[in-house]
This record gives sequence, structure tokens and C-alpha cells, in this order.
Amino acid sequence: MRVPLSWLREYVDLPATETGRDVQAKLISAGLEVETVEQLGDGLKGPLVVGQVLTIEELEGFKKPIRFCTVDVGTANGTGEPQEIVCGARNFQVGDKVVVVLPGAELPGGFAISARKTYGRNSHGMICSSDELGMGDDGAKGIIVLPPETEVGKDAIELLELVDEVLDIAVTANRGDCLSIRGVARETAIAYGLPLRDPALLDVPAPNAFGYPVQVSEPMGCDRFTARTVTGLSAEARSPIWLKRRLQKVGMRPISLAVDVTNYVMMELGQPLHAYDRNLVQGTIGVRRAAEGEKIVTLDGTERKLHAEDLVITDDRGPIGLAGVMGGANTEIADHDNLENASTDVVIEAAHFDAVSIARTARRHKLSSEASRRFERGVDPAAAAAAAQRTVDLLVLLAGGTAEAGVTEVIAPTAPHTITVPANHPDKVAGVDYGRETVVRRLQQVGCDVYGQDELIVTVPSWRPDLLEQNDLAEEVIRLEGYENLPSTLPKPPSGRGLTHRQRLHRRVGRALAGAGYVEAPNYPFIGEQVFDQLGLDADDPARRVVKLTNPLNDEEPALRTSLLPGLLGALRRNDGRGSHDLALFETGLVFLPREEQRVAAHLPVDRRPTDEEIAALNAVLPEQPRHVAVVLAGAREQAGWWGGGRPGGWADAVQAARTVAAEAGAELIVRPGQYGPWHPGRCAELAITVDGAEKVVGHAGELHPRVLKALGLPARTCAMELDLDALEQVGDGVPQAPSISSFPVATQDVALVVDKFVPHADVEAALREGAGSLLEAIRLFDVYENAEQLGDGKKSLAYALRFRAGDRTLTVDEASAARDAAVALAGERTGAVLRG
Amino acid sequence: MKPEEIERMRDEALAAFAAADSLDALQEAKVAHTGGTSPLALANREIGALPPHAKAAAGKLVGQARGAVNKALAGRQTELEAERDARVLVEEAVDVTLPYDRVPAGARHPLTTLSERIEDIFVAMGYEVAEGPQVEAEWFNFDALNIGPDHPARGEADTFFVEGPQGGTESGVVLRTHTSPVQIRSLLDRELPVYVICPGRVYRTDELDATHTPVFHQVELLAVDEGLTMADLKGTLDHMVQSLFGEGMKTRLRPNFFPFTEPSAEMDMVCYVCRGESVGNPDRPCRTCSSEGWIELGGCGMVNPRVLTACGVDPEKYSGFAFGFGIERMLMFRHNVEDMRDMVEGDVRFTRPFGMEI
Repeated sequence: MRVPLSWLREYVDLPATETGRDVQAKLISAGLEVETVEQLGDGLKGPLVVGQVLTIEELEGFKKPIRFCTVDVGTANGTGEPQEIVCGARNFQVGDKVVVVLPGAELPGGFAISARKTYGRNSHGMICSSDELGMGDDGAKGIIVLPPETEVGKDAIELLELVDEVLDIAVTANRGDCLSIRGVARETAIAYGLPLRDPALLDVPAPNAFGYPVQVSEPMGCDRFTARTVTGLSAEARSPIWLKRRLQKVGMRPISLAVDVTNYVMMELGQPLHAYDRNLVQGTIGVRRAAEGEKIVTLDGTERKLHAEDLVITDDRGPIGLAGVMGGANTEIADHDNLENASTDVVIEAAHFDAVSIARTARRHKLSSEASRRFERGVDPAAAAAAAQRTVDLLVLLAGGTAEAGVTEVIAPTAPHTITVPANHPDKVAGVDYGRETVVRRLQQVGCDVYGQDELIVTVPSWRPDLLEQNDLAEEVIRLEGYENLPSTLPKPPSGRGLTHRQRLHRRVGRALAGAGYVEAPNYPFIGEQVFDQLGLDADDPARRVVKLTNPLNDEEPALRTSLLPGLLGALRRNDGRGSHDLALFETGLVFLPREEQRVAAHLPVDRRPTDEEIAALNAVLPEQPRHVAVVLAGAREQAGWWGGGRPGGWADAVQAARTVAAEAGAELIVRPGQYGPWHPGRCAELAITVDGAEKVVGHAGELHPRVLKALGLPARTCAMELDLDALEQVGDGVPQAPSISSFPVATQDVALVVDKFVPHADVEAALREGAGSLLEAIRLFDVYENAEQLGDGKKSLAYALRFRAGDRTLTVDEASAARDAAVALAGERTGAVLRG
Repeated sequence: MKPEEIERMRDEALAAFAAADSLDALQEAKVAHTGGTSPLALANREIGALPPHAKAAAGKLVGQARGAVNKALAGRQTELEAERDARVLVEEAVDVTLPYDRVPAGARHPLTTLSERIEDIFVAMGYEVAEGPQVEAEWFNFDALNIGPDHPARGEADTFFVEGPQGGTESGVVLRTHTSPVQIRSLLDRELPVYVICPGRVYRTDELDATHTPVFHQVELLAVDEGLTMADLKGTLDHMVQSLFGEGMKTRLRPNFFPFTEPSAEMDMVCYVCRGESVGNPDRPCRTCSSEGWIELGGCGMVNPRVLTACGVDPEKYSGFAFGFGIERMLMFRHNVEDMRDMVEGDVRFTRPFGMEI
């Protein structure tokens, strides 16, 4: 809402020295978000006067038509002689009154005016357009032509009210009353402790039976409808300068007198109005719900198919307006440019419509208007009659019309809203002792009637439909007493239990991966389904089942991720493209897995706690949203340098990242050869855990499939790992147990075993461990070796260092050797391993 | 056994040690003058053969000589080792300024660590961290928060809607538009009083640009207890900005409107860079607050009694306060991030300098 300070001053006697900035500060503190204070006419300096065009000489031979004019500016130029001015505009003729800026003046933006030679003539000033004067849109291009009665020589700065301050206020959804000068003036008056001259306090004639006939058959949607008629409007009448200027300052474009007047009154009082050409309305004006499929062409020229919930204004033919949103084209009052058909009789509608109904209609038809914006946020129903009266008065005054005596008012009786509230409620909400007197005074200031002592009975004013409950009243008191005066105290929460196991794990995993050189890169969860093909997923892979959005930002990415890889690989590619080639990235985040059976989530009641069953049913509709962790690697994992060569990141790094995460989770991770979509079939580890005795696959790690690298444009040998972190967390052993540390000497034995090439080390090691028994303290694979000549085709050698130790004695060589022999024997039995000679 | 001879043996040994110019030479001299066949060792052995009356004097004589010899040997040994060490250690000197970024350091994303930093402030006060789903039922995201079916925020403008069964448009499920549904879940799940901090990802249909992102992070706080006041809200906010930005920081509340709080307020904090001194002071402009003196943080207020009712909490007995703000915005002004896109693109050059914690 744009509020000119000059207009505001009409209703509140602000001290003359008070600037827009001062008012802004006061209103912000009272709760109106005054975003800016625009300084109109900043830097404007006269002389700027009214002139009358005496002669026009068309200059030939230039690229565009140029006029050399003489203009009578009275004595404003000091000589009384006609002022010679060169002008490029053409929308004026001899005898027109125009705005002339004389040499020595300065226009907004520091544009100094001086006499100068141009187009071969001397030009002593300029004939001005509204743009040059910073006036805003006047609907016409070209220079300003003033009404013929304007006095020559008059100061145009004053005449056009060019210097002003305009407050721009972002009005919150609850304060529809402040979408009017009246409402902002009331807040200003309260903030300054000054009286308000309420522009809605007008003498309004009592309703009678001779008014234009109106039939409201939907009183729930329209609880008030006032109709007034003005006849004999002069077709030549134009909006006066002051009216146009005020509309421009609040950001509206002047159109025609009748429309300008209704807009003006709406801005002044907040009541949306509509003017119908009476000669185009056929019969009784009605208010009803639309019939499904009924149609109307609105003023913007759009044909709209109506919904059975839309509220419409009708005449005998059918809909003539979308109630509270926009009028219909078939009863539009004609523009004055078309003098033949200009409307001379109008019916004024000032009605009050249900906020929810208007909001739904505006949304349904994607049609937000000045009227609908106000009705949605709440319009003062008690001001409708005054607004109609004000409109009538202005049309009579400015267009020479005659007000008909008939006054139609259809009113569905409603009781004013009252709230019972303990007098100390605001004190309890704020934590401040305001006391009853302050509370009552503040509530009265906003327009409430207040009765009672300890228990107040508060009747809220008609213009504040947002005041519904006790806390609404508390807010009024607290904001007027000043939020800035609230003390600062700290509550005393009970002792908390700190982060949960799961929350600590998430932090630990992040630190462990970052400690291992990975950089966190959180990604958007939006994906396109073609990525599943690029990742080489089978047609029936469950990861292809996605949650979709009805209104994605990008139609190419309408689904939510079921894997972190698409996003993380995208980040890897982006980094690579920007010249960072040695990359190790990680992400932890939710993936979204739809339920087997999709259902619609219920809208539970809000007037009570839902039952546990209702909550459980609601949660069961939501997709599962487990937290995953993933890493991707490309380029060097270890850099080359003065110390020697580097090392590329490889499948083993990816698998190790999984082990790192599992170790943080305290989960036993099973790593075994696997094959899954995105991964290289020979370089993919399947990652599993044991849940309730059964193995469950929780992820994969390794080098990506060359086809995937090609499809996604990734660097060669890119590696990746993804794990279900929630699954790991669930099996994680929360409390690490201390080992018993023996101080007896260690006995070390090395063994080299020859096995088939495809026997996994993990199996060999497991057999060695089991076979070695309890004396084995540690085992470590220290060499893997393949050599067909020495070992035979398809064989490999695995060399292990075994450390034996007992807790209660020094082991003998025989004991250690026996344990080693048992280990090798079991490995032989399980994996065919043979001790290398 | 003549004293002169013993003294001679001693002097010869001392001279040999002094003359040894390396540890090897000293070793030779040591064998020659203190070894089993050295003159003094032999002399020592002869003492046993002397008559008893002469033994004491001879023993003393030889003993003193050997003592002096051993002492000189040890001294010379120390000297020569020190010389050797000095020489070798100089030879072994390296260029300690060489880099060793063999495995470049990793880092956590600053949005993660800033969020944790804020969580920790409140956890230290006794709050607990609460979480909830990101794909959320409309009832949690809107209805229970007093955002009725006709509230503008439920319109197409802001919210990502999830497709319904068989590709229908009605699902009753959205991507949560704020962390406030976690308030509802906390009130439903937890025993009163409830003091929780709810960090997390939220979604709105804004195109990515320098100051907007459709996926962003909020931190929400909720306290519901008997007798909580707006003054408590103010104090809690003050405590937070002091913890994050230093002593003397404070907040300002301005009236505003949110459906889920009543009274509601917009919260600002004093600019931590200029502390308000740039206001009306053109000589000292402040980039962080555009010389406004205040930085907008987010929204807050007293929990609307309707929200409590929807969660089965008696608004006659309990009251509460809540606030929420965006982590991206705070990261921007706390760490001078100039473009929102830097936070979402995962560029390692952006993230690395933030390390493990901020």
C-alpha cells in the first residue's frame, strides 16, 4: 500500500516538521512494515509554471517532427513576453494549457534547464511530460495538457503537488484495514496519540424502497450490498488534477472520471466499489453462486468458465460480474474518449463479500485484483454505505451528476464480535506488568469497546475482523506499548539429554569422511527418470519407483531422488568442468522411497489432538525417507610431489570409505563381490550387514561402469560408494567394549597362501582367524601377488602376518606354530588355500 | 711397581686420547690403553702378586691412574660424539618449508556446520534436537499450524506438491515449506514441557539465483511450558546472537503476522560488523547491513493457542514461543558469501576453507 504523506495529513494533524522518515519509524514500531519512503520531486526546483500555447511552427528537415512554439507564461519569465520553446512532442495544439519549465530550473534527477540553441532555434525552457516531472503513469504519452480553466502563470509545482513523500507499506495478510489511507491514518493517529478525522464518518441517507432493485440469494457469501444511482453525468467531465495526482501517487493509472472516483474511494476507505452503466444492466441486480460451467467475460477481456462455488453478480441475462474480484465486460462503463456512447447514468455497488469465497475464486481463476486483495484480507462492512455515499458525492461534484433519492441496502444481520479476556492476559503473554488501565486504554485506541474489571468483555471494531481471540488482543496491547520495550529474560528448560545416538553418528560420519579427505557437497534431490537408464538400472529395479512432484521447477526433473549418486556425480562433473580434477566428495541426506500402496493423506481436524491411530495412518502415507551416505572419487587421491608419485583414487578407496562409515556406526560390515547397475561388474563390492541373523544388502562401492561414465560424462575410472546410513545405525553397537591388553611378548608368524584368483581375501582371512583360535591377536594381509610361472595359471598368493599372544603367559614357539598350522589347515579346507613352499 | 712407571702409563693414555681425532681413533686408543692387555691392566693384575704390605699402596696408585684414564676417555668420547653429531645433523638438514599435501584436506559443508553450531548453543541450555520428514503431510505442514486451506501460503506460488495415487494431483503431501511441522511432531511425540531445536532442509518453488534457492535450510526453535512469555522469547534470541556473534549483541522485535504465532514478530539483530555505527554516518558505510544498523534474521512469536489445541496441549495451562530463520542467509552475512549459488553447487573451492567446524 502506497500512502502519500500529504493525504495522510488530511486525517491526522501531524506536526508540520514530521518527515516521512519519522512517520516510517513510528509505524514500523507499531507494526506496519514501511519498506521505503519515496521522495517525490526530490531535487525539483522552479520556475515551473502553467503556460498557454500561442503559436506552433512546424520545423522541417529534421529526422523527427519538431515544433517551435511560443507560450504565454504570464509574468513568470519576468518580461511577460511569450516564451520561445522548441518541442518534440505533438499531442497539443494552439490554445492548450501546458506545464513549462523555465531556464534556471532543475528537474528531478539533477537535470538543469537553461536557454540553448537547438534545431536551429533558441529554446528558452521546455514543455514538460509527466515522466520528466517524475509524476508516474498518467495513461497518456507525451506532454501534459492541463484543463482549459487552469490559470496561466500559476506555479505548477504546487498545482500538480509534485513534492510529496510516499510511504510504501507491505501490509500483512491480517491487516486488510491498512490497505486504505483510512486504516493507515488510524494507525498513525494511535502511534502519535492524536485524534483521527475518520473519512468514513459521513451523513448517509437511510435505505428506502426506491433504490435500484437488488436480490441477494446468497447471504452467506454477501452479507451487505449497497446500491446507489447517479444520473446525468457529463460526458465531457474529466478527473481533476488533484484526483489524478493522488491516484498516481498510490500507484494507480487514471482512466476515466467514474472509474477514477471508485478507485479513489477504494484507496481512501478500503471499500472496493463497482460502477455499472445503468443503461446496460437489465433488471434486478442479483448475488448468487454460479452454475457450474456458466461463463462470463471479465473486464480484462478474458472469458472465464465459472465454478459452482464462485460468487457472481447477475442481471436478468446472467452473470455481469465476478463478485468482489472483477466486473463483467457487458456492463462496463464506457470510456470518455468515446463521447457518443459515454455512460451518463451509473449504478454504484458497495458490497461486502465473504473473504474465503473471494480468495478461492481469485485463486481458481488466477485473477488477483485490487478488490479481491482487500476482500481476502478483510474489508470493514460498516463502511460500505459511507463509501457509496462518498462515491455519489464525488460524481455529483465532479461530473455534474444527480444523486437519485433511492438507496438500496441489503444487510444480513450479524452481531459484533466480542472476546472475553482476563485483564492481565496481555501481561502474562508479554511478561510485563502493564496493568488493567493500560490494557483498556490500548484496546480502546484500536477501536474496541471494553467493559468489565478483572474479566474484560471486548467488542472489536468492524474494521478489525482479524481480532478473534485473546492473544490477538494481547498483541494489540503489546505492540502499542512497544515490542522494543519488552525485557529480555531466559526460561529455565529442564536438563536435556544432549544429542541422540543417531544425531551424533551423523556428525561423526561427516567428520570421519572429511578427515579422510572428502569434501561435503549437499545436492538438490530433484532428478529426471532418465538418469536411471544412464545409471544402468534394470527395468524392474525398485530404485526406479519415485515420488513425483506435480509442480517441479524443471520439467526435466520432476522426481525425488532414490539414490544420492545422481546429485553427487553431478557435483563431481561440475567441479571437473571447472578445472578441479582430483576430487573426493561426499554427501549425507535423505532419499525418498514411495510406499507399495499410494494413498492420499487425510486432513485431520485441528480442534483436538489427533488420535495415535490417525497420526500413524498419516505417517504411513508418507514415503520412507532413509538417510544415505555416498562418496564419489575421480582423479588423484594422493598427489604427486617432491616426495614421489601420486596415486589415483580407485575402487579400494570407495570400499574403504564404506568401512570408515561402518566403523563410525559401530556396525559390522560385510564386504563381498557384487554386481549392481552403475558399477563395473568386476570392481563392485556389495555391502551388507546382519539384521536379526539375516544378511541385508545396504549398499555398494567400487569403480563405476564405463557405460555409466560415458552416459553421464564423467572422468575415467570414477568411483563411488553409497550406503543406507539408517540401516547401519540400527545395527550399530552403541558402546565400544575395551579389549584386554596382554603385556606378555608377542609371537609373530608369517604365512603365504596360494589360492584361486577369484577366492576373496575376506574368506581366506575369516578362515585363518577362526582356525587360529583365541591366541590370535591380530592378522594383517601384507602382500597380494600373481605370477603364472611361479604360482600357476589363475592363482594368486596372499601373504599374512599373524600375531599371537596369550593373556596369562609367554607363548612357546610350538604353541604359536600349532595355532598357525590350525589356521592354515582351516583356510585350506574352506578356500583350497595351499601354503606356499 | 714404580710410581713413575704407573704415571707414565697414565700420561701416555691421556696423550693418546687427546690425540685421537675421530671416534674410530679413540676406539683404538681405548683398546690400547684400557683393554685387557693394556699396561695399566697388566699392572693391575700384578698387584695380586705383591707382598701384603705393598698391596694397598700399589692398589691406590694403579686405581687412581685408571680412574683418571677412564675419565679422560669418557670426556674425549663425549667431545668427539658432539663433533660428529654437529657435522651429521648439518648434513641431514632439510627444507622444512616444503609442502606435504599428499592427500588434500576434506571439509564439511558450512551449512551443516553452522547448523550444528546453532544446535549446540541450545543443547547446552537443555534443548533437544528434533527432526522430521522432508516429504510431509499437509496436515503437519499447514493445517496444524493454523494455515487453513484458504491461506495464500498454500497456493501454487510457494509449495512443491507431491503427486497423488495414479499420477493424480491430490495427495495431501508436500515438500515441507518450513521446519515448523517438526514443532507439531515434537508436541505430539514428547512429554511437556517441550524445548526443542529443529534444523533441516526445506523447499519452496523459487528459482535459483544470487539470493534465492528452492532448497534451503532453516533452524526452528520451540519452547512450550507453563508461564513462558514474550520476554523469554526475546531473552532466548539475545542469548543466541551473543553466542554466535559476541558479547553485547542484541535483537529487536517488530510486529508482524504469521498464522502459527500470536503475537508475531519479525526479528532483527544488531549488525555485528558496525554495531549500528554506520547509521547516518556516510564516512563509515557498512556493507553487511547496508548501513541500516540491523540485520533481518527471521520470524518469531508466541505459539498460537490454536496450534497448541491441535496438538492436544491445553492453552489455558501452557504457553510457548517459537522462532525460525534461514541458515543460508546467516551464512551469507556471517561469512560474507556473496552468491547463494556458491552454497548449492558443491564447488570444492568454496567448501574447503570452512574445514570441520565454523
